Order: sequence, then C-alpha cells, then structure tokens
Amino acid sequence: MLRIRNLESGYGSLKVLRGVTIHINSGEIVTIIGANGSGKTTLLETITGIVRPRAGEILYKKRNISGMPPERIVALGCSLVPEGRQVFATMTVHENLVIGAYTRSSGPDRENVPEDLESVYALFPILKERNRQLAGTLSGGEQQMLAIGRSLMARPGLIMLDEPSMGLAPIIVKHIFEIIIQLRSRGNTILLVEQNAKAALGIADRGYVMETGSIVLEGTARELLDNHDVQRAYLGKDYKSIGE
Amino acid sequence: MSPDNIVQYLISGITAGSIYAIVAIGFNIIYNTTGIINFAQGEFLMLGGMISITLAQFMPLPAAILAAVIITAGVGFLIELVFIRWIDSPSVLRMIIITIGLSIVIREAALHIWDEKVRALPYFTGNEITSIEILGARFSPQVLWVLGTCAIIVIILNIFYYYTLTGKSMRACAANRTAASLCGINIKNMVSLSFTLSAAIGALAGCVISPITQTQYDCGATLAIKGFTAAIFGGLGSSTGAIVAGLLIGVIEAASISIIPLAYKDAITLTLLLGILFFRPGGIFGSREAAALKEY
Repeated sequence: MLRIRNLESGYGSLKVLRGVTIHINSGEIVTIIGANGSGKTTLLETITGIVRPRAGEILYKKRNISGMPPERIVALGCSLVPEGRQVFATMTVHENLVIGAYTRSSGPDRENVPEDLESVYALFPILKERNRQLAGTLSGGEQQMLAIGRSLMARPGLIMLDEPSMGLAPIIVKHIFEIIIQLRSRGNTILLVEQNAKAALGIADRGYVMETGSIVLEGTARELLDNHDVQRAYLGKDYKSIGE
Repeated sequence: MSPDNIVQYLISGITAGSIYAIVAIGFNIIYNTTGIINFAQGEFLMLGGMISITLAQFMPLPAAILAAVIITAGVGFLIELVFIRWIDSPSVLRMIIITIGLSIVIREAALHIWDEKVRALPYFTGNEITSIEILGARFSPQVLWVLGTCAIIVIILNIFYYYTLTGKSMRACAANRTAASLCGINIKNMVSLSFTLSAAIGALAGCVISPITQTQYDCGATLAIKGFTAAIFGGLGSSTGAIVAGLLIGVIEAASISIIPLAYKDAITLTLLLGILFFRPGGIFGSREAAALKEY
C-alpha cells in the first residue's frame, strides 16, 4: 500500500530524515517507535506533504505522491491524525467531523457522508453526546477521538497516527488502542508512530525502530518485543533482567 | 443637551458607526482565514465608490454599483494572486508591510486615474434635502440604506460561515491551518476567496456610504483606521462584535462633538483604539470561550 524508498527531508538547513526505507502492506498495523527527535513526526509530515521531501520516493498505491501538496495526498486516501490532536478548537465537534469529509464534498461519494458520520458517532458515542460543544472544550482523550473521527470522515485507505497516546491517562490510551484494532478489522491500514513502544508493539503486526533519522531495526512486532536492544532502549528493561 | 439633540446625535452616530462596522467586517473576513490584517481594506471602499461614480455616468445606478463590486472583487483577487499567494509562511510583520504598501500604491493609482476631486454617488432615494423625521431628529433616507446593507451583509456572512461547507472550511483555516490542509482544504484558494469576498463587501460599503461621506482618492485611510478600531474593539473575527463596536464608536464620536471641539473627533477613536490595545486586546465582545481557545 505504501512504499517509501531512501526518503530524505528536513527543515531549512537541518536534515532530519537520512534515507528512510519502509513499506506497509494493505490491512497491516505497522508501528514506528523511536525516541524524541528521532524523526518520526518528520517522516509522517513528509508522507502527507506538509514537509517537502528532498530525495527518495513515496509510492502510495503504486502512485508517486512525493512533492504533492497535503490536500491532494489526503484526497488520494492517505490521512494523518496529527501529533497533539490539532482539532479545530473554535468549531463544534459536529463541524470538525464535517470538515473531515471535505475531500468528498464535491464527488459522487458525498451522499455517504451522513452515514459515515453516524458510524463515527457509533465508534465514539461520547462525541455524539457532545456534538454541539466547541472542540477546544473537550478533554484530551475526547479530542484524540475527535481527531481520529475527523480523519475517518475522509474514508482513508491509510490512517497515520502520530503519538495518539500523548498526554493521556493509561485507561484512555487503552481505549484508543482498542479503537485502532477495531479500525484495522474494518479494513483500514494503519501506520502508528509511538513513543509508548510497549503498547504500540502490543497491537502491531510489524514495526520499525527509528534513530536519528534512519531505520535501525525492523521486524515483526514479536521479534522486536523479544529483541534485547529494543527491550533495553524502549521497553525499560535493564541489562540484568534481560540476562535472566 | 436637549432630548432632540440626543436623538440627533444618536442617529448620526449610528450612521457613522454602521459605516465603520462594514469596514470592520471586511477586516474580519481576511483575518478569519489568514490571521492577518489587510491594511488595504479602506482602499477597497474607495475603489468601490470611485468606480461606481464613474460608471454611473453611463449606466443606471444599480448596474454601476454591481459592476463596481465585481471589479473591486477582481482587484482583491488579483492582489492576493500577485502579492500574497507565493509567500509560504506569511509572518505578521511581512503581511503588514505588504498590505500597507499596497494601500499606498492603490491610493496613488487612484489619484492618477481620477484626480483629487471629491465626488459622490447620487442619493439612492430622494436627494440631499430629503429627510425622515423620528422623535424630532431628521436624517437622510441614505442612512437607512447604510444600516440595511450592513444588516444584510452580516446576516448573509453568518449564514455563509455557519451553514455552508466553504464557509466552515474558511473557519477551519482560521482555527488551524495545518489541520485544515490535512483535511484536504486548499488553503491558498481559501485565502484568495477571502480577499475577493472582503474586497466585494468593501466596494459595496464604499458605494452605499458615498452619498453621505463622499469619495476621494485618499478617503480609504481614515475609514480603515475607524474600521480597524471597530474590528479590534468587537474582538477580531467576530462580525456581530464588529457591528456593536462600530455603532458604539460612531455614537461615542457623535456625542463627543457636544462636549469637545469637532476637530478632536478622530482623536477620540484613536484614543479608544490605544486604550483597547493596551487593556483589552482580545476585544470586549469576542466570545470569551472562543477567545480563550484562539492563538493570538
């Protein structure tokens, strides 16, 4: 579904991604784990066109999307749930969701929008309860649900989630991750970027480990969970417990 | 002040105030999608007035006004296309310099196209001496035209912003540009649209007020300052706030004439502007809830 080869990008004179190569197959949950500043967010921003790539190629459904503006990439079905939610704070929950379906508003698919709205409300009943409330007044967890719901309204083929667990209570994180599993069972492909490596590898099929702008390790989620380097660096186990 | 006077001041204040309100709405439209203040807004009024006055010599008044609105909207669109669109991440300072520069260019161009004579459109109904009397105060029917236009613009804009997808998308751009483009909204097109729209509204305002205030190549600057004050006073981005604040400023100005000399009328507005900027930069009518969620 998504195939990225030797991708390089950055901000101004700062080079962040140094030749990233990853792929995601249809129907998979793939996670990218890594520390702060390793380039995970930049990778997602480059895929969605917010940051322009300097080299390499991004193929989405065999189509080169590198260098396209974000609005075209979204229209092709590649949707990002950005870091820190980024809901439209001064608009209502309902309006946020309607804007999410913007790319479908001029096509024949527009008749299905009300139906999708109901299915998002079914997925997140709390949003339906608060649909007249301003998005900025929601709690962090609710805003995360809204951001996911908004992205679903575009009927994306690939959903990319950037740190969905950030700043949320463990019980909410659990709920969000359950939702991600549900999304996969509904036929979505998911790219999950997380600092919470344990939770992410817990639901993912495959994973990549990113360090200072390049992929240093890849494998199935099981392999990564069993990998000693990963255990030490990202799962909080020390040498001693690994030795045992 | 006799009761008659009070009504008279009130009416002349409301007249001036509704003019400021329309200018303020123009500021708000562009601010809402771009987060910048377009200091050439006053020039759109001047252009609207001037073009309609010229065209009114060849065609009936409504046609001339319609043409003036369309032409000015085109100018607004071109300005965005040529000067604003190519800027990747517009900083506030850069946009201020660009729009102030543009306002000077437009003003000077108008001086060359038309000359420095003061002109005016004919009164829409009746003439200079037609007047309506309410509670002993007399005012021109043109005042009703100004108030009516103002009300209709606000109603239509509110419907546009809250009930149409394009309007909602414009609000989405204002709320969060990155997220808006992640939802598939082409931000640059929204900015073009907002410039076109605010130029059109400015031009329409320039036409309705022309019989009262008269139109000259440099009349935009004063109107822009008054309108800007109303926009800030009402809370940037709120069209209802702009109306209330505009009317209030108009009435305060009109009332000040009875206490201090006429020459200080403009100083009153400027003092008010400074006061608001110092003490209540969020405006006093802006939705508190929304203002708290907004990034300034």
